Amino acid sequence: MSQTTHAGTHEHHDDHDHGPPKGIKRWLFTTNHKDIGTMYLVFALIMLFVGGAMSLVIRAELFQPGMQFVHPDFFNQMTTMHALIMVFGMIMPAFVGFANWMIPMMIGAPDMALPRLNNWSFWILPFASLLLLSTLFMPGGAPASGWTMYPPLVLQTGDAFPFLIFSVHLLGMSSILGAINIIVTIMNMRAPGMTLLKMPMFCWTWLITAYLLIAVMPVLAGGVTMLLTDQYFGTSFFQIAGGGDPVLFQHIFWFFGHPEVYIIILPAFGIISQILPTFSRKPLFGYESMVYAVAAIAFLSFIVWAHHMFTVGMPLAGQLFFMMSTMLIAIPTGVKIFNWTATMWRGSISFETPMLFSVAFLFLFTIGGFSGLMLAIVPADFQYHDSYFVVAHFHYVLVPGALFGAIAGAYYWLPKWTGHMYDETLGKVHFWLSAIFVNITFFPQHFVGLAGMPRRIPDYATQFADFNMISSIGAFGFGFSQLLFVYVIIKCVKGGQKATDQVWDNPEGLEWTVPSPAPYHTFDTAPVVK
Amino acid sequence: MPSRIAKLLHRLFVVLPLAGIAAAQAEAPRWQVNMPVGVTPISRETYELHMLILWVCVVIGVIVFGAMTYALVKFRHSKGAVPARWSHSTTAEVIWTVIPTIIVVWMAYVATPLLIKIEDTRGAELTVKITGYQWMWEYEYIGHDVRFFSVLAEESNAARRLRSGIDPFTVENYLLDVDEPLVVPTNTKIRYLLTSNDVLHAWWVPDFAVKRDAIPGRINEGWFLVEEPGTYRGQCAELCGKDHGFMPIVVVAVPPEQFTAWLDERRDVQYAGREEQAPRLGAVN
Repeated sequence: MSQTTHAGTHEHHDDHDHGPPKGIKRWLFTTNHKDIGTMYLVFALIMLFVGGAMSLVIRAELFQPGMQFVHPDFFNQMTTMHALIMVFGMIMPAFVGFANWMIPMMIGAPDMALPRLNNWSFWILPFASLLLLSTLFMPGGAPASGWTMYPPLVLQTGDAFPFLIFSVHLLGMSSILGAINIIVTIMNMRAPGMTLLKMPMFCWTWLITAYLLIAVMPVLAGGVTMLLTDQYFGTSFFQIAGGGDPVLFQHIFWFFGHPEVYIIILPAFGIISQILPTFSRKPLFGYESMVYAVAAIAFLSFIVWAHHMFTVGMPLAGQLFFMMSTMLIAIPTGVKIFNWTATMWRGSISFETPMLFSVAFLFLFTIGGFSGLMLAIVPADFQYHDSYFVVAHFHYVLVPGALFGAIAGAYYWLPKWTGHMYDETLGKVHFWLSAIFVNITFFPQHFVGLAGMPRRIPDYATQFADFNMISSIGAFGFGFSQLLFVYVIIKCVKGGQKATDQVWDNPEGLEWTVPSPAPYHTFDTAPVVK
Repeated sequence: MPSRIAKLLHRLFVVLPLAGIAAAQAEAPRWQVNMPVGVTPISRETYELHMLILWVCVVIGVIVFGAMTYALVKFRHSKGAVPARWSHSTTAEVIWTVIPTIIVVWMAYVATPLLIKIEDTRGAELTVKITGYQWMWEYEYIGHDVRFFSVLAEESNAARRLRSGIDPFTVENYLLDVDEPLVVPTNTKIRYLLTSNDVLHAWWVPDFAVKRDAIPGRINEGWFLVEEPGTYRGQCAELCGKDHGFMPIVVVAVPPEQFTAWLDERRDVQYAGREEQAPRLGAVN
């Protein structure tokens, strides 16, 4: 294709056009999708360590029974902030970063449709996150009521309360703006011939994710605003003294919260769907059914929210409905797992680092899926609910699920971004350390949960001591292994073996037709897709 | 000194007889990896249902992981595997859509009767009202004029302080012991009414397979029927603030005759030193 011809030397790859401004101004005022994508990804990586450090405070305290390091209230602040940072500050921005970098290159567009909005949606993030983090230093400490912010407990938050609400508003605003941008880009800027059903799966998963974001982030914003008015303006949405009901908040929160789960995992599905075909040297199996499966998951995500609340005392009919609808999600999710397996079947598989992380994703996400299926069965859920079994379940889908998806994507596209191959040996070491430690961390949590350990407790009965110690060892191992990831990235940015345009063995997608590193502006002239 | 008399009576009639039962119960085993079978008909059925789903997942897992592993071993680039070009098979896709559908519908079908049973609180012989507080439980025997608070036992409370210097392993039933347990009769359908005085709590006893939220302004209900005498321990299961981890639940199940006697004594303790007399059991009912 034509745009491959202007590659020239890499030092002057954008000499046909204005280059990026130098210094800080480049990053503050940029409207370039690649710069913004980079900022999202770097920001997410920093927040991974901020949120990770908090989880290590948690695991250090839980290393053995008794209170050794922190007060219970600070422990609760850590569990709350860890979740908020990881969800809103780390994993969501990471995938928006991937979307920024890759979607225009995948659909043959020169940039995102709304570049100034793009700049704004990124720059809201650091300020919103700093606002949230600043609550750690406020009288009364950071929010300690869990990321679910259930009233009445959340109304006992100290000075941090309005800052919590405002930062959730800002983070939600950033997500909505990013989502609008992605939808407009995909709908309007596809290259000629790039019909919707020719788009790479990553674009499809993000298109659907973006709609989910627009649908549910305002619901969360509404919910937390009601908390704010309950606290300061005399309303009684959730206060029983005024005729309100705290359960209402749970319905609102999980109407946002369950689609949010898929907002986090669907882009990872997309990345995995890009990587598995490349390293199996075989096209994605059942492309169309994969698209329909994602759409089905997105639809079902709106009608399952109350499975987070089986113990609040719902009518029998309600429990039966939410049990059934929740289990239905297993069907499209199963279709995805089976299609990925079929993609590898009779392929020609090689195990570069992105593939290793994707294969681990397949196995470990499926384990999270199984425990999810178990949690859907209401009578059994009465035992599992709010125990460490749930903690194990959602960490299996979020860490070796969503996070491994993001890491796999980072390794997959790093050569395209930097123009250098990453250190394959170190990448593999990083993989094996991560894959082993993530299981040491989270698998024993199934056991203590089933044995009766509640979640969100700073100290526990001595019978849970052994598995908690193992889990903590795994957590520290996993945490420190990620420093290796940072080292591999820095090394790759600084130099290394030059990457070819294709990088991998005949991968599919327009991003592999442009030079490595991708020029500052790509597809000034739209490619033609057959 | 009424309070001292009350304490003495409490010791004689409440703590000592129950201590014998409590001591007979060994502490929960370490390295426990599975859900307890429990001591109620519901908990046993829940355990069976849990094992059933677990095995269904294991079987599916063996098939799926087996296929993945086979593909990873067999179709390797390094072994010169040549990739096939197909990327679609309607038959396969129909099969792996229909079979999971049948499995999930069947699982819902299996779970439903148990759920109906759990929700059926009719025919209870005793009603206990449980109220959650930050951070303790209050138990009230409805119609029997007995109510008391149940808080974390002193020994655990001392050991759980930050850097207390007390080794939790030296504390019996660390964090799972209270000053005064809920006492219930065995082989009796007991209905509980659950509410809260401040924030959300959840009352969870794994051996009964009972977990339900205590919500201010609402009254939840449920039931359990303990078949074996003994001491059963649980914890608050809904984040309720800084001492969420320190409001355990202890239930002592005793034979019905012993329970009636205990209830009378406990009422006397409650009324000790007061002007009015403790009503007798028969008079109330």
